[in-house]
Amino acid sequence: MSGAGTNSMGRRPLLLSLIDGKGWIFLAVVAAAAVLVPLLNLAVPEGSAFHVPTYVVALLGKYLCYALLALALDLVWGYCGILSLGHGAFFALGGYAMGMYLMRQIGPRGVYANPLLPDFMVFLNWKELPWYWHGFDSFPFAALMVLLVPGLLALVFGWLAFRSRVTGVYLSIMTQAMTFALLLAFFRNDMGFGGNNGLTDFKDILGFNVQAQTTRCALFVATAIALVLGYLVARYMVTSTYGKVLVAIRDAESRTRFLGYRVETYKVVAFVVSAMMAGVAGALYVPQVGIINPSEFSPANSIEAVIWVAVGGRGTLVGAALGAVLVNFGKTYLTGALPEIWLFALGLLFVVVTLFLPKGIVGLLTQKRQQRQEISPRDESLAAEAGIGEAGAVEGGKA
Amino acid sequence: MIPDRGLTNTVLYLDGVSKTFDGFRAINNLALTLEHGEMRAIIGPNGAGKTTMMDIITGKTKPDEGDVYFDGTTDLTTLDEASIANLGIGRKFQKPTVFESHTVADNIRLALKDERGPWSALFGARNRIAPERIEHILEIVRLIDHHERLAADLSHGQKQWLEIGMLLAQDPKLLLVDEPVAGMTDAETADTARLLREIARDHSVVVVEHDMAFVRDLDCKVTVLHEGSVLAEGTIDAVSSNERVIEVYLGR
Repeated sequence: MSGAGTNSMGRRPLLLSLIDGKGWIFLAVVAAAAVLVPLLNLAVPEGSAFHVPTYVVALLGKYLCYALLALALDLVWGYCGILSLGHGAFFALGGYAMGMYLMRQIGPRGVYANPLLPDFMVFLNWKELPWYWHGFDSFPFAALMVLLVPGLLALVFGWLAFRSRVTGVYLSIMTQAMTFALLLAFFRNDMGFGGNNGLTDFKDILGFNVQAQTTRCALFVATAIALVLGYLVARYMVTSTYGKVLVAIRDAESRTRFLGYRVETYKVVAFVVSAMMAGVAGALYVPQVGIINPSEFSPANSIEAVIWVAVGGRGTLVGAALGAVLVNFGKTYLTGALPEIWLFALGLLFVVVTLFLPKGIVGLLTQKRQQRQEISPRDESLAAEAGIGEAGAVEGGKA
Repeated sequence: MIPDRGLTNTVLYLDGVSKTFDGFRAINNLALTLEHGEMRAIIGPNGAGKTTMMDIITGKTKPDEGDVYFDGTTDLTTLDEASIANLGIGRKFQKPTVFESHTVADNIRLALKDERGPWSALFGARNRIAPERIEHILEIVRLIDHHERLAADLSHGQKQWLEIGMLLAQDPKLLLVDEPVAGMTDAETADTARLLREIARDHSVVVVEHDMAFVRDLDCKVTVLHEGSVLAEGTIDAVSSNERVIEVYLGR
């Protein structure tokens, strides 16, 4: 038998060791979408059967944002067992940071034509810009806030919760409470984020009209790139020893502590990176849907994201993204065709997945492939050589 | 309170330790010392406080009162699990606890003594652990042929051995081993005793066990716990002929 470390990292070029079979499929699909969707929208005339209407571009862009949110959630839930029911909060905060930038770009073109204040502030009779709005006229500043604000909230929340060893259902409830508290706070007019109506009526992003066909396509491509980068970051994390420690924490937290690992630090790092990813997803979402309001903080949104991950397959990254796209496609279809049954369908889906597909769609496909591999002669001889013989030998079980 | 100078050659020093859970005195004025390089077997009926004692030493539980010193100078009652583990105290649980969704080799990889921080695990030395170090440990615990299998697929006895291997990989000064032969066949039990005697040559070891034949095999000093304090201490022959030990533990 060969050495015990043959599958360790660092022997092959980084990118190759990072991405497995389903990862390549995922990257190929996202890349193809990033090229084809804008092409079929811009280059194919509207009458053609191959033309992709602009509203579909924005819709697909929205799906990709959800896919990035699901990926972020899978990093903490699938790999570290942190079931966050409040990831929508990080998504919404990233969205608000982008929304504030977009509001500042309106300038004097608002209904009240006030060069200094957004419309809702004029309406509330405010005289000057609140301090926390300063800087948001600069895109780099806003982009930084898209990462920093969700990251900082995750750092503080995570540090307090994980240091006090809050786990399981209690942690889930706390994350839920966090997003609900933010929902209530953002509803208030005096918070300075547009209250109930949120931020909308956007005009430009980086000087380009947000409504324009080309801008829509550019945003779609940007989202695809963000999704790929998010996947690569997450994949790097979970394939490194760090990721192995995360899984160890998920499966046997106290054992990991007794090995000398500071579990809370590992959890906080994962939670912060995940929150930042969710923030980026929210930031890309807002210019594509044209509005951000407090309903994005609603607990139901966060729970829906958990369902996407469960459907696609937790702990697989690719599955989380797939689940987000599939469930949202179903949602778009059903809320159009039979709006009253959507929530029942979603609930049913969750029940079915929990009962019959504990590892989601990707988990099921992996399992099927392994079953086929197990009866192949090569594995039989390997199993016999190792003195195993029985079906328990799952080679490369969690590839 | 700092223990007197004479105790600085102990690897483990417990004195006057008490711990009460909801009115139940799990540990009651317990005193125990272990010298460097010593192997000690701890026996006692259920509820005698064996596991609670392990919990106190490893930082999982804080004692209500008493001194717990490691290496003569380090006060363990002020430290958490991770710090205590990094000082060089390894623990094997009563129920074999391995990382089931990792391979056998990865279980050892995570246990190996090295930097423990997330930075190192993401970008640093933790990713460059030499396979020879893993192989060396797996050879000692005879799991080298199983290194690519998932820990979940191992037999109960193999999991126990894997956990002992993880303990060795930590290279601790003191090993706390809770019921290592529970659920093992006679042959496996004998092998485990041999393995522990081997380990005890250059480590201090505390073994908690019920299996008297196994304890006899270990061939070391025995401490009998009862109701949270030491009932008797000495060779296996001395304690098994002790009247009180027979009364409360071995049975008549």
